[in-house]
Amino acid sequence: MLSAILVLVLLALVFGLLLGYASIRFKVEGEPLVEQIDSLLPQTQCGQCGFPGCKPYATAIANEEADINQCPPGGEATIHALADLLDREPIPLNPENGEEAPKTIAIINESDCIGCTLCIQACPVDAILGAAKQMHTVIEIECTGCELCVPPCPVDCIDMVAVENNIEQWNWPSPIKALEAPLVFLETTKSSAGKASS
Amino acid sequence: MKKLFRFPGGIEVPQYKEISITQATKKAKLPARLVLPLHQHIGAPAEPIVAEGEIVLKGQKIAHATDYVSAPIHAPTSGTVSYIGDREAPHPSGMRAPCIEIIPDGKETWVELTSHARDYTALDPSSLRNVIREAGIVGLGGAGFPSYIKLNPGPGREIETLIINGIECEPYITCDDMLMRERADEIVAGVLVIQHALQAKRTVIAIEDNKPEAIESVKSAIKQLAEDLIDVAVIPTIYPAGSEKQLVYAITGEEVPSEGLPVQVGVVCQNIGTVAAVYRAVHHGEPLISRYVTITGDVDSPQNLEVLFGTIVEELVAQCSDNVQDIKRLIIGGPMMGFAMHSLNIPLIKTSNCVLVDRGRHSQFSGREHIMPCIRCGACAQVCPIKLLPQQLYWYAKAEDLDQVQNYNLFDCIECGCCDYVCPSHIPLVQYYRFAKGEIWQREEERLKSDKARLRHEFRERRIERDKQEAEERRRLKKEALHKKATNAENKDPADEKNDPKKAAILAAMERVREKKSSQKINPKNTDNLSKKQHQLIDEIDERRKRQRQDEQQSGVD
Repeated sequence: MLSAILVLVLLALVFGLLLGYASIRFKVEGEPLVEQIDSLLPQTQCGQCGFPGCKPYATAIANEEADINQCPPGGEATIHALADLLDREPIPLNPENGEEAPKTIAIINESDCIGCTLCIQACPVDAILGAAKQMHTVIEIECTGCELCVPPCPVDCIDMVAVENNIEQWNWPSPIKALEAPLVFLETTKSSAGKASS
Repeated sequence: MKKLFRFPGGIEVPQYKEISITQATKKAKLPARLVLPLHQHIGAPAEPIVAEGEIVLKGQKIAHATDYVSAPIHAPTSGTVSYIGDREAPHPSGMRAPCIEIIPDGKETWVELTSHARDYTALDPSSLRNVIREAGIVGLGGAGFPSYIKLNPGPGREIETLIINGIECEPYITCDDMLMRERADEIVAGVLVIQHALQAKRTVIAIEDNKPEAIESVKSAIKQLAEDLIDVAVIPTIYPAGSEKQLVYAITGEEVPSEGLPVQVGVVCQNIGTVAAVYRAVHHGEPLISRYVTITGDVDSPQNLEVLFGTIVEELVAQCSDNVQDIKRLIIGGPMMGFAMHSLNIPLIKTSNCVLVDRGRHSQFSGREHIMPCIRCGACAQVCPIKLLPQQLYWYAKAEDLDQVQNYNLFDCIECGCCDYVCPSHIPLVQYYRFAKGEIWQREEERLKSDKARLRHEFRERRIERDKQEAEERRRLKKEALHKKATNAENKDPADEKNDPKKAAILAAMERVREKKSSQKINPKNTDNLSKKQHQLIDEIDERRKRQRQDEQQSGVD
């Protein structure tokens, strides 16, 4: 009896020490889940999700304070990626946050710019170049299209312009849409099969 | 001759080659205009070095290479640069791309050329490569990879085998066949140049056994020019024997590693057309401005033409056919790997080897009609020359599961179309793979961009935080300094003053002055010993003056 208790106490002590050591030795720095979620977000830093940037939104998702469908720039692809990562059901984009729109970038109408620097202060990725009372311009390849520079502009000289798809960026379309959809033959077989099963 | 190896998979396809080899190759008519896209090769687009309205000579460089992987472009004939800007490009998207347009003057005046015919063996490999680079030579087999890069195996790497690819395994195409028949001596001379540049131990010209005349002609040219230096390997006709990795395996028995290059197994492959271009560049100094192109399919007189780059397809087809109005489909390249074009108004470029015309009259062009569900028959896996699992790739590409598709080695797919060809359900498998590849590249690009945006954003936040901290620090220091001053003024400790060297010095100086004064015994001033009354008077006067000043000030304010 006594030996059994002793053995168990000893075991408990040994494992306790092991666990204690492991928790210190293998401590994970930072918040890995937040980082993972953050890496899936499009990093426009636009704030359409209701949080002041992608990282805060990622933190909110990790703490289950926000849903995964609040990122319009990422759209469906981001929702699917997040659903995959967090093992949740994909849900449609929350219309309150906005709609998935084609990619745009900001262009400053330079002849109207008065050099107030307000847009420079608003840009979350430092993609606007300029100085006080000097003309400003957008570094196009760095612009994420977040639109945060548009409201502060006192002379309304910033336009959001859709990114034109050029021949270098062209991709083959999905054959599902391009080839299989217009086939009447397949459509009819599908619908009749559906009826038969129901 | 050494033993040949049989690569896995592959299919036998109807050849239809005989229709376009009945006539000797002619030069195509000088077109009314030439449209030269700046991006005719793999790598960075070339950059124009001519301006609109400039007169150019045949062979003059009109756009220079902008990167290591890039190629210059030369004027195919003499004339005037009429336009630099977007024109319809020979691209499956049907989009426009930057081009240089030249209106020929019909004189065909050559620019001054430098030949290295005699001294190329004296050139070191890097100068020889530069000659080839400056001639704008890219792989003419279809991919358009700048050739001079392939001729640089890298330091410490020996090339065991140089393979000259004269397979031309795709149906219909005969331009390499005709080139071998008609210019075998040029090809052999070109092979010798490349052999010199690479110092390869063994050189093989590989030709498919369905081109007996080409084999004969090449063999006799070798006998004349390079006895025993070059082998000819006759490869059985199996599609896609002409694909680089399959050919390397067939000749050497070595497999090119996944996502690797033949140079990793000591092999370099060059296309027959490229070799002929190298000959013209080194022996005659001529840049790459034309090539053999097969115009075939449903045309009145299928044939090969020597075509200047930039020639519009419509003009070219009109030379082989009376009517170009009823063309239903136009494919640039072969039926297996070529691309259907959206317009006839596109130029031919360095990589265009074949123009395949469909008027909807022949059954072999019937195209894709009934796409049926996959029945998991596995025929695709049997014919895949890379031993991939096309069916798995199809499912995952269809579901857009881009991770899985890469796990199944999508990027080793050469898009040969064998799986597509044998699929009993007529599923456009290669289309799925192309789509998936594009999607993966695009997402990768987006990921890189978003990573960059994240870094920039984080940096900005850090900077703002740092600015804030610095401002706070400054404020704190200022406050502290003020506080110190105040406390110092409050409790001025004489002991402190003495301890302070500055103040001590001042005190000492004052002491000295006092001593000096007392020693000099200066007479007291007249105000020193005054009576009480006198003091009173002085005070009164001061008071009056003060009042007077105040009154003046007030009247001034009023």
